[in-house]
Amino acid sequence: MAFLKRSPWILHYDASSCNGCDIEVLACLTPLYDVERFGIINTGNPKHADILMITGGINEQNREVVRNIYEQMPEPKVVVAIGVCAASGGIFRECYNIVGGVDKVIPVDVYVPGCAARPEMIIDGVVKALAILEERREKMTGAAQTKEGARQAAGEST
Amino acid sequence: MQTLLFLILFPILVACLLLFVKRTTLRYAVVALSALVIGGASIYLLMRYAFEGAIYFAAPSEAASLVMVAIEMGLALFIIYMGAKFRNYLAIVLAVVQAAMVVYLEATFSENLHAVNNLFIDQFSIIMALIIGIIGSLIAVYAVRYMETYHHHHPEVRDRQKMFFFVIFAFLAAMFGLVFSNNLMWVFFFWEVTTISSFLLIGYSETEEATKNAFRALVMNLLGGVAFVAALIYLAATEATSGGIDLARVLASGDTAVVLIPAVLIGFAGITKAALMPFSSWLLGAMVAPTPVSALLHSSTMVKAGVYILVRFSPVFAGTFAGFSIGLVGAVTFVAASAIAISQSNAKLVLAYSTIANLGLIAACAGVGSYMLVWAAILLIIFHAVAKSLLFLGTGAIEHRVGSRDIEDMEGLIVRMPRMAVMMFIGIAGMFLAPFGMLISKWAAIEAFVQVPFGLVFIALLAYGSAITVFFWAKWMGKIVAVTRNREKVEKGFFEEPWAPLYIITGLVVAAVLLFPVISSTLIEPYVLAIYGVTARLGEANVAIMLMMMALLLILPVSFLLFKRSARHLPAYMGGRTATPDLHFAGSLGLTREAQTRNYYLTEYFGEARLFLPAAAVCTVLILASWILAGVAL
Amino acid sequence: MTWTWLIGAVLFLILAPIAGGLIAGIDRKITARMQGRVGPPLLQPFYDVGKLFEKERAVVTTAQNFYVLAYLIFIAVSGALFFAGGDLLLVIFAFTLAHVFLVLGAYAVHSPYSHIGAERELIQLMAYEPMIILAAVGLYMVTNSFLVADIATVTVPAILYLPGVFLGFATILTIKLRKSPFDISTSHHAHQEIVKGITTEFSGSTLAQVEIAHWYENVFLLGFIFLFFAWNPVIGVIAVAVTYLAEIFVDNVTARVRWQAALKSGWLAAVLGIANLAILSYMMLGGV
Repeated sequence: MAFLKRSPWILHYDASSCNGCDIEVLACLTPLYDVERFGIINTGNPKHADILMITGGINEQNREVVRNIYEQMPEPKVVVAIGVCAASGGIFRECYNIVGGVDKVIPVDVYVPGCAARPEMIIDGVVKALAILEERREKMTGAAQTKEGARQAAGEST
Repeated sequence: MQTLLFLILFPILVACLLLFVKRTTLRYAVVALSALVIGGASIYLLMRYAFEGAIYFAAPSEAASLVMVAIEMGLALFIIYMGAKFRNYLAIVLAVVQAAMVVYLEATFSENLHAVNNLFIDQFSIIMALIIGIIGSLIAVYAVRYMETYHHHHPEVRDRQKMFFFVIFAFLAAMFGLVFSNNLMWVFFFWEVTTISSFLLIGYSETEEATKNAFRALVMNLLGGVAFVAALIYLAATEATSGGIDLARVLASGDTAVVLIPAVLIGFAGITKAALMPFSSWLLGAMVAPTPVSALLHSSTMVKAGVYILVRFSPVFAGTFAGFSIGLVGAVTFVAASAIAISQSNAKLVLAYSTIANLGLIAACAGVGSYMLVWAAILLIIFHAVAKSLLFLGTGAIEHRVGSRDIEDMEGLIVRMPRMAVMMFIGIAGMFLAPFGMLISKWAAIEAFVQVPFGLVFIALLAYGSAITVFFWAKWMGKIVAVTRNREKVEKGFFEEPWAPLYIITGLVVAAVLLFPVISSTLIEPYVLAIYGVTARLGEANVAIMLMMMALLLILPVSFLLFKRSARHLPAYMGGRTATPDLHFAGSLGLTREAQTRNYYLTEYFGEARLFLPAAAVCTVLILASWILAGVAL
Repeated sequence: MTWTWLIGAVLFLILAPIAGGLIAGIDRKITARMQGRVGPPLLQPFYDVGKLFEKERAVVTTAQNFYVLAYLIFIAVSGALFFAGGDLLLVIFAFTLAHVFLVLGAYAVHSPYSHIGAERELIQLMAYEPMIILAAVGLYMVTNSFLVADIATVTVPAILYLPGVFLGFATILTIKLRKSPFDISTSHHAHQEIVKGITTEFSGSTLAQVEIAHWYENVFLLGFIFLFFAWNPVIGVIAVAVTYLAEIFVDNVTARVRWQAALKSGWLAAVLGIANLAILSYMMLGGV
């Protein structure tokens, strides 16, 4: 059964955003858009999250942090880069401190453009991410089974 | 009776022998052998007398009593000398007063000071003897290597190990004498010997602090001793109605009003010996002594003598306002000491406060004295002795390896000293978790207090106290099981503490729970039945459930094998900051900072400064009330 | 106890997760409606747990899985003991054992957020323990038995004799259900507290186990509420529903308090219970 699609928990991180996109993300959680009806919960904890919603670009300060948070999320996981800054650095792209978009550090699955991105587009992006998440999960269980089989074949003890 | 005399006299022999043994290996051999003999004799006692009920023996008393009085005078002189040497005049005054009262007693009432039977054995004595003989011996064995390491770590302390072990074994002899004596004069004598033993052992390191604390213990116990002699004088004066100094006759005396006064006075001696409030400070001060002393005297045996005598007098206390008042002293001590324990980070002080609290609980059961409560009290005595001695010995071993007795420094013990950590885990669990014995006894106590008039007061205190104990024990456990990384194992040290006593006592903690239905039906229930005509027991269904829970707990660690499967290891969440496994992270301005986790001690709410005085005040009032109520009853 | 106890226990072990999950779903739906939202589907908690089981196995230290498993097992055992009609005090102490395992799991991971969560969880425990013991004692005083089997079949309206106790119990119920204003150690659903407090470092199947244990415990707590009204099962069920609705309401209108306030509230609730029981014993024993 497709549990992952019905219960995607998000982690919302502001890399170096001006907070414009962040406010829009939070707007999605308000009663007006109410994404909780899709089972989406905003956990503040990477270990509990499936979707990383990240705004803002990468600079030297947050480079390791973004990588750290991403690595702490258990598989399967997807990354949604929200706003043009997360996609490519946006209006700050030429600044000396901005390295670029989030995909400089971690693999991004969905880009939601905009400055700021609209809640409707953000929700649309998340829905697209859910499909990718399901794909990942299937690959993961498949890979796990192959790994198990290979291990047993090689006679390793578990 | 030979076994009884053997158990009293053999340790004295060993004590004298140990005065001449200098080398540790020889000492270890002597102590270990004696431990085996004493332990074996205690078990033999169990086998021989467990099913016989109370048996009385007429031991030769003339010579013995003379020797005892002589020794008592000698001890008084010793105290006067020490008091003069260290300028503690209160000790001198109390020793003089006590000695004078003894002389007066002997002179005026000499014809009333005979008991037909001086010694006796019953199930309660057997239980105490087992604790003294098995736990006591194991602690003595542990102490040999411990003291060797202790002197290595503390070269400034004069090596008086010969005296140390002499006193330890003399103390064991005195404890046996105490629980086997039917003659209250003899009980008093052994009582005094334990007081002196405690004084000598607390002051072992001869530092100013140790000496001060030794005298504090001496003074408070002497106060109790004075009360004890006063009780003896009263008993001798009213011999016809009260039964004189024959314990069995006193307990069986129909005239409760008459025996209540000496009961309350002896109870006061018990209160001081058991360090109930307001007399708790001596036990806390006694923690400066080497750890085997804390384990032996100040948790499993000597302080148990205080509650032992209270439980003995339960039939007299039952149903009286005076007894109720004494019970309240215990209950208030239980809550207050548990609360203060939250604020302590020194492991030995936590253990000390916990001991005081549990002794208070036992006293609460004894003071109210219904049959169910006596049953619960004896259970508490057994389980507390076993678990607490393990914890003290463990703390000692940890201190030698880690270099500190602060709980904060025990963080990650499970990585650094895995075997010790598991034993501490079991010991702590034994103090407050179901299905271990202390919890079972508390449970029994609550169910007993609901059936007593005004028991609600006790239940309220028990409920709060019980909740508080969970907090300070669980946070200590948490420190021990924290899986810190990058720490080396320090389990092997210079001189290896003998692991055997630790393993055996750990096994006893578990065994006591598994065997407790047997212990209850063989020893405790017949004792209670004999005195009250009715006994309490834990329902079969509940026993089955507890055993099942215990079995689950023992099997559960097997699940560790399940988790060995490949799991990805993640770092701890530090707000996204990269951190090393021991919580060093890249902080602002490029500085590496360390995050430390410390327990809550909540000193503003639960500190000694805040809680001790009110509790001591309340308990003082309650003690005075018990005297007045006893007098009024007359 | 006859073999009915076995049936009670087994039914609890099998049905409680389902019931607990449904109750959690209803809880979220009602909360959403109170906030003017649509809210998740009723079966959402099951989707959540199902998803958690599908996640990768990831730990900070393998020890944490051991402790959480022990927590789950003992919660289940304690609840089963309750529904088997066992001794209510023993049930309470068994639950304490389970909670200590959860706390140890949080301590074991040696992370700052977990650590604070664990300390606060212990404070929570300390806050509600006196009252819950007194609730059991109160029920004993009315029914003369500590056995749930006896209390549940009593013909006396316990609530009439124990209004203070019930109020006190309802107060600490908020603590046990992890609802505002007393959710100081971890939070549920969309709230956060010190990140996730005690459950911060748990993920995947470990977190799912914590969730399932929570469902088991909720069913037990509802059962406990029912005991106050056991003399009339219909009223009992209604009372349980009303109480739970009230808890949801309180959750939505209050903000989280500091731990000092939570501790004081728990202990004051116990005082309320003591007062009730004092008056009760005065009445029952004719003034003695």
